[in-house]
Amino acid sequence: MITLAHYLTLSAVLFAISVAGIYLNRKNVILLLMCIELQLLAVNFNFIAFSRFLDDVAGQVFVFFILTVAAAEAAIGLAILVVLFRNRRSINVDELDSMKG
Amino acid sequence: MESVYLAIVLAPLLAAIVAGLFGRVIGRTGAHLLTIGAVALACALSLLVFKQQVIDGAEVFNQAIYTWAVIGDLRMEVGFLIDPLSALMMVVVTSVSLMVHIYTIGYMHDDPGYQRFFSYISLFTFAMLMLVMSNNFLQLFFGWEAVGLVSYLLIGFWYTRPTAIFANFKAFLVNRVGDFGFLLGIAVILMFTGSLDYYEVFERSEALRAATVEVLPGSAWSAITVACILLFIGAMGKSAQMPLHVWLPDSMEGPTPISALIHAATMVTAGIFMLARMSPLFEYSEVALSLVLVIGATTALLTGLLGIVQNDIKRVVAYSTLSQLGYMTVALGASAYAAGIFHLMTHAFFKALLFLAAGSVIVALHHEQDMRRMGGLRRYMPITYWTCLLGSLSLIGFPGFAGFFSKDGIIEAVSEATRPGAGLALFAVIAGVFITSLYSFRMFFLVFHGQERMDEETRSHAHESPWVITLPLVLLAIPSVLVGWWAVGPMLFGDFFGSTIFLLPENDVLGRVAEHYTSPLGFLLHGLGSVVPWLSLAGVATAWYLYLHRPDLPGLIQSRLAPVHGLLVNKYYFDAFNERVLARGSVGLGQGLWRFGDVKLIDGALVNGTARLVSWTAAVVRHLQSGYLYHYAFAMSIGLALVLGWILLRG
Amino acid sequence: MVPSVLFAIFAGVLVLSALGVIIARNPVHSALLLILCFFTSAVLWLLLEAEFLALVLVLVYVGAVMVLFLFVIMMLDVNVTRMREGFTRYAPLGAIVSGIIILQLAGAIWLRSGLPAAEPLTPREAGHSNTRELGAVLYTEHVYAFELAAFILLLAIIAAIMLTLRQRPGLKVQDVSAQVKVQRKDRVRLVKMDAEKDS
Repeated sequence: MITLAHYLTLSAVLFAISVAGIYLNRKNVILLLMCIELQLLAVNFNFIAFSRFLDDVAGQVFVFFILTVAAAEAAIGLAILVVLFRNRRSINVDELDSMKG
Repeated sequence: MESVYLAIVLAPLLAAIVAGLFGRVIGRTGAHLLTIGAVALACALSLLVFKQQVIDGAEVFNQAIYTWAVIGDLRMEVGFLIDPLSALMMVVVTSVSLMVHIYTIGYMHDDPGYQRFFSYISLFTFAMLMLVMSNNFLQLFFGWEAVGLVSYLLIGFWYTRPTAIFANFKAFLVNRVGDFGFLLGIAVILMFTGSLDYYEVFERSEALRAATVEVLPGSAWSAITVACILLFIGAMGKSAQMPLHVWLPDSMEGPTPISALIHAATMVTAGIFMLARMSPLFEYSEVALSLVLVIGATTALLTGLLGIVQNDIKRVVAYSTLSQLGYMTVALGASAYAAGIFHLMTHAFFKALLFLAAGSVIVALHHEQDMRRMGGLRRYMPITYWTCLLGSLSLIGFPGFAGFFSKDGIIEAVSEATRPGAGLALFAVIAGVFITSLYSFRMFFLVFHGQERMDEETRSHAHESPWVITLPLVLLAIPSVLVGWWAVGPMLFGDFFGSTIFLLPENDVLGRVAEHYTSPLGFLLHGLGSVVPWLSLAGVATAWYLYLHRPDLPGLIQSRLAPVHGLLVNKYYFDAFNERVLARGSVGLGQGLWRFGDVKLIDGALVNGTARLVSWTAAVVRHLQSGYLYHYAFAMSIGLALVLGWILLRG
Repeated sequence: MVPSVLFAIFAGVLVLSALGVIIARNPVHSALLLILCFFTSAVLWLLLEAEFLALVLVLVYVGAVMVLFLFVIMMLDVNVTRMREGFTRYAPLGAIVSGIIILQLAGAIWLRSGLPAAEPLTPREAGHSNTRELGAVLYTEHVYAFELAAFILLLAIIAAIMLTLRQRPGLKVQDVSAQVKVQRKDRVRLVKMDAEKDS
């Protein structure tokens, strides 16, 4: 029988994978954005599972808003990327260190 | 009566304010008329009060006029206590002050700070009156500090002279030491009695007697002894007792009128007055009285010796003042408070007279103060000569003069005293008689007799001073000669002071002297039978022999006794000690604190150290700001793991 | 039994495709595997009877966001080999951190949860509508948040346009207002001249 714990564990695994993904793909901004999408997905999993098992629809409302904001974030993030590439001919994170302290 | 007392105090204050702030408007004449008028008013009213208190025997007036602040049970008030003691002090203060005011017209005639000077001396009169008329410790302290302030201002009156600045600075610092003790003494009294009012404190003095204070760990002292010794330290500063006497000779840098008023007649006697006022406390502390006795005796003897080697005319008088203050202190220490106050009064008159006479000489010789360039002035200044002679005779206690009665009273009282130190004191006061007459007549002969050693131009200008200078001399000479005849009976042996001065029966030395007192004449004859007058005559004779008959001898003695002379010229090395050890030590301490505490610790470690710590931390931390996006992402994820761990461990 | 099997299958696919996302050599492959992740997630959400959100996920993420990702990846033509340099340099650190996180979360889930973790799920009745349920609260209780979300989306649109819009010099564009405003004298010039004569 599938319980809440299964879903939560799945989401935890997903979250950990995306954290590892950030470490692996540290130079590629596009993949960093994708890892963040994956993290949000993991979080959404938790919300939906809790919503279902606790029988409270508010969790799903929250997921709805997360999806909205994540879409907006992705759009703006990619737009920034495009501008960045246009100006520097590269999106290699190693070359982006003008914020160095 | 309240309005009379207020008028006595406020008239000089008002005059001082007007003369000080609007001196330019009212002009020189306006300033001296106004201040003299105010002090004359105060003097006349004081005489009225004196008449009521002493002759009519009015009730003692003890009342608060104004409540300044109330803190819990503690009331801070301005109030007056008028009894024979304060009435006497008021008369002495205002009359000498009046003489000095008049004299100043002549002495300060050419000075640009004319109005300022009048403002100061009127202000001083106000402060001194507040001090003597006070009925509580707070107002006493106010007056105490106020006279100190005016003294400071007046010593440095000629503020362009470096020596004057040095002298007033010195006076200020030395008085701070004394005032600190005084304030602590008041604090001890307040702590154990909970009151600042004299009478309340005296009533509750059992509390002081019963309590003990641990000054040093492990040694419990009676609180009353501690309080009295602390108060006496205050008196030592103000009344220039050893070792806090060093400021008084230097204070002669100020104009001569204030030397007469402040540093001879009135302010320096504030300590004596205060101790007499505190007799209900001091009587219960044998230790404190012994200390007073010993300190007074030391001062009387040692500072008198210094007077012999001084060449500055004013300094001779200054050391004489120190020595006479020592006499008064001895009297207090021997529980002969009345004798101390009596000597205070006669001393105020004859010492003011001597100072003013010295000032008259100084003016005549165009501000020449060195006695080696004087001599033979008798022919030029007869009035000054005669008044100065009367003053000197009074000072040395020549039989029949006022000084004789007061000084002999002290010596008689000390000879009856039995407390520890009385033997030393008796020796000091008797030896002091010879020394006093030696230095007094040394000065007198050097100035008025013998060869004329000034240069030709000064000699041609030497002449008798104007009447504003000689009038005070004459007026002061009268009480200097006569006041003893009137006062010796009631003040020393009668009940002039009534309940003001408290004596334990076993300490009543004057009462024992009084057993064979019949009349002033009897006292005089009795005194002639003792060694004292003959010692003073011997002093005069010695002075005559050394400085008139064989003027070559002093130089010979000086070279024979070079070590002693060196010791005296250097004033027992008190100044050297103060400058080398205390002043340099303080400077060194300050330098050390500045170098280590301020520069290293505060500036270095705290101020710059904070900045350096911030900059160092920033220098380390800025390496974390690599500017690489993924480093921030790593930091966030690690932080997430840490926060998660913390939450899970905690809950 | 069927839901358990479905869960196992799709959860396995989800984890594997997520791993594929982070280690794929080609960003295009990563994006495609991420699409697979979203699809499997949608299926799992359907198992949780969150039908509306499952469909929204497919429509919005797969249909819009991931298309945008792919579009950007292809447009930017990233030098993949340089990106891959030092790929595993921080792998140990990443493994440690993600290992710690998964241990913490698993510990929290399995050891200390008081939630109904072990209770079986009871299926909803046949006529139940997840969309209606969601809509009923979205437009009533959460209406301000909903408006805000709409505003954020508008903001994102404008921001994206403003960021990427540019005027390149020498670009030929129509200026409509100038075309409308044009007047005769700007275009026509009357010239007086003598008639030509045959020579």
